[in-house]
Amino acid sequence: MEKTKMVESQIYTKPESLTEIGTHYCPGCTHGIAHRLIAEVIDEMGVRENTIGIAPVGCSVFAYNYFNMDFAEAAHGRAPAMATGIKRVNPDKIVFTYQGDGDLASIGAAEILHAAGRGEHITVIFINNAIYGMTGGQMAPTTLPGQRTTSSPMGRDIELHGFPMKMCEILSQTDGAAYIVRRSLHDVANIRKAKKALRNAFEAQQQGLGFSMVELLSSCPTNWGITPEDALKWIESHMVPMYPLGDYKVHSALSVK
Amino acid sequence: MAKELLKGNVAFAEAAIRAGCEAYFGYPITPQTEALEHMSKRMPELGRVFLQAESEVAAINMVYGAACTGVRVMTSSSSPGISLMMEGISYIAGSEIPVVIINVMRGGPGLGNIAPSQGDYNQMVKGGGHGDFQPIVLAPATIQEFIDLTVEAFDLAEKYRTIVALLADGSIGQMMEPAELPPMRPVRKFKDRPSWALTGAKGRDPNIISSIYIDPVEEEKLNLKLMKIKEEIIANEVRYRDLMLEDAEIAVVAFGTAGRIAQSAIKTAREEGIKVGLLRPISLFPFPYERVKQVADQVKAILVVEMNGGQMVEDVRLGAEGRAPVTFYGRMGGVVPMPDEVLEEIQKLHAKLKGGS
Repeated sequence: MEKTKMVESQIYTKPESLTEIGTHYCPGCTHGIAHRLIAEVIDEMGVRENTIGIAPVGCSVFAYNYFNMDFAEAAHGRAPAMATGIKRVNPDKIVFTYQGDGDLASIGAAEILHAAGRGEHITVIFINNAIYGMTGGQMAPTTLPGQRTTSSPMGRDIELHGFPMKMCEILSQTDGAAYIVRRSLHDVANIRKAKKALRNAFEAQQQGLGFSMVELLSSCPTNWGITPEDALKWIESHMVPMYPLGDYKVHSALSVK
Repeated sequence: MAKELLKGNVAFAEAAIRAGCEAYFGYPITPQTEALEHMSKRMPELGRVFLQAESEVAAINMVYGAACTGVRVMTSSSSPGISLMMEGISYIAGSEIPVVIINVMRGGPGLGNIAPSQGDYNQMVKGGGHGDFQPIVLAPATIQEFIDLTVEAFDLAEKYRTIVALLADGSIGQMMEPAELPPMRPVRKFKDRPSWALTGAKGRDPNIISSIYIDPVEEEKLNLKLMKIKEEIIANEVRYRDLMLEDAEIAVVAFGTAGRIAQSAIKTAREEGIKVGLLRPISLFPFPYERVKQVADQVKAILVVEMNGGQMVEDVRLGAEGRAPVTFYGRMGGVVPMPDEVLEEIQKLHAKLKGGS
C-alpha cells in the first residue's frame, strides 16, 4: 500500500529581531508591517546583537517593546540627536531611529536636518501617515492640503497652515546624506520594495557612507476615519501623488542589494 | 602635579577629561565657550568624542544618548542654554542616567547679558525640567574647587545614577587662578560598562532605557525610587564650608562667588571687632539645612548674600526655622556686589543688634 508522504516546510516565522509581545497598533495600521520589515532586514544582516534602536514619541513610542534588541526611548523629535550621541561613542554599533511625521518633520525638524547634514552614520525609518496618530488625529506637517483632521476640521488650508513638508526632497539636498528614498506600504509589490530599501539604508550605514533614511508612506485608518482597505487605497490615490515614490539620493559607492 | 594658572572654563573642561569623560556635546554660549573650545582640541587629541551640536536641545539629547551606553559624558552651557536643555534633563532624570552638566550662570531673565549671576538657583536646585526629581547641585567658589567638584561630579552621578549639575557663574568661568589639575584617569573599558547600559543585546536580554511609565502606579514606583535615592543623597552628600563661625554673633550665608565676596567683607568686619562668620553651602542640593539650623541656634542674626533677587534665602529660612532672623542682600542682572556693600550690611546688622541689647 502506497503511503502519502507529507512534507512540512516552514516558510514564514517571526523574525528573531521581534519579541513575542503583541503590538498595541490599531487594526489596519501599517506600523506592524514596517516593524516586521526592519526586523527581517536586521536578522538577515545578522546584526541584532550589535544594534541599538531609538523609539520616538507618537504611536510607535512603545516600539522598544516589540524589537528584540537594545533600545532607547527619546524625547519628541530628538531621536536623531540621541542616535548621534549613541553612534559617536559606539561607532561599531548599528544605530537606527524609528520616527513618525510629527516627530521627525515638525518638532524634530532641526535634529533630523543636522543629523543628515553632519552625515551622521545612522539609519532613520520615517513613517509618514499624514497625521498625528497618538494624540488622536491632529494635523501633521505632512497632512495633505484639504485633508480633514481634528485640528483642521475644515480641511488643511494652505493659506492658514502652509504646505506639506516633503522630507526626502529636503534632506536629499544635504551633502551628508548617503541614501534617501521614499517607499510605500500600500500593497505587496511596494512592501517588497520597501524591504529592499531598508536593507540598502542599513548597508549604507554599515559601509560608513553617511546618513540614511527610508520614508514609508503608511496608513492610519483610525484617524483617517476609513476602513483599513480604503486606507491603503487612499495612500495610493492621495499620498503618492503628493509624495512621489523613488530614490532621492543614493551614494555612488553604495553596493545596492 | 604642580599648580598652574588656569581659567575657570578651561580648568573644569580639563578636569572632566582627566576624570575619564569620553564625550562632550555642547553649543557656544558666553561666558563658558572656552570650555567648548578646549574640548574641541583636546578630545580628538585623546581619541575621544567632541561634537558641536546644532542647539542646546540637541546637545543634551546627544549627551543622553551617549550616556545611555554607559560612558562618562558631559555638557556645559550658560543660563539661556540650560533653559533649552531642561526637557532633556527631565528625560535623563526619568531614565536614571548619570550625566554631568555645568552651568556658568549669566544675567537674566531672557537674553539678559553675559555678566556673572546666580539667578538660576531655583531653576537648577529645585529640579530643572518637569516632574518630581532633584539633581545633585554643587557650587564652586574657586577654580580649585571647580576642578575638584567636576571630578567628584562624575563619581556622584554614577554612584546614584543621577544628574550632577555644577552651578558656577561668569566670574568663576572667566577668572584665572593658580590651581592643580588631577592626574589623568583612563576611560572605562567596554567590558566594564554598567549592566544597564545599551551595549548591544549580545548573550543577554535587551536593555531598554526609557522615561515612560504609562501605568500611573508604575510611574509612582519610579517616583518613589527617585525619592529614596534623594533621601540617600540628603543623608550622605551635604557639603559646606565654615569660616570664623566659632564665636560668631552674625552669620553670613552665601554660595559660590557671593561666598567669596562675603569672605572679604567678613575679614574686614572682624578687624572692626564684629563677631561675624561665613557659612558657604557647596552642595545646594542636598542643602545643608541642619548646619543652618545649628548656626541659627548660635548666632543672633543671619545675612544671606546672593547675586540674585533672593532665591537660596528661602532655603536658609527653612533651615533656620525661625531660630534667628534672616535678612537678605542681593544684586541682580549681572551686577556683582562689592565687599564694601556686604560689609555695610554686616555693620547695619551689628548696629541693630547692639541697639537692641
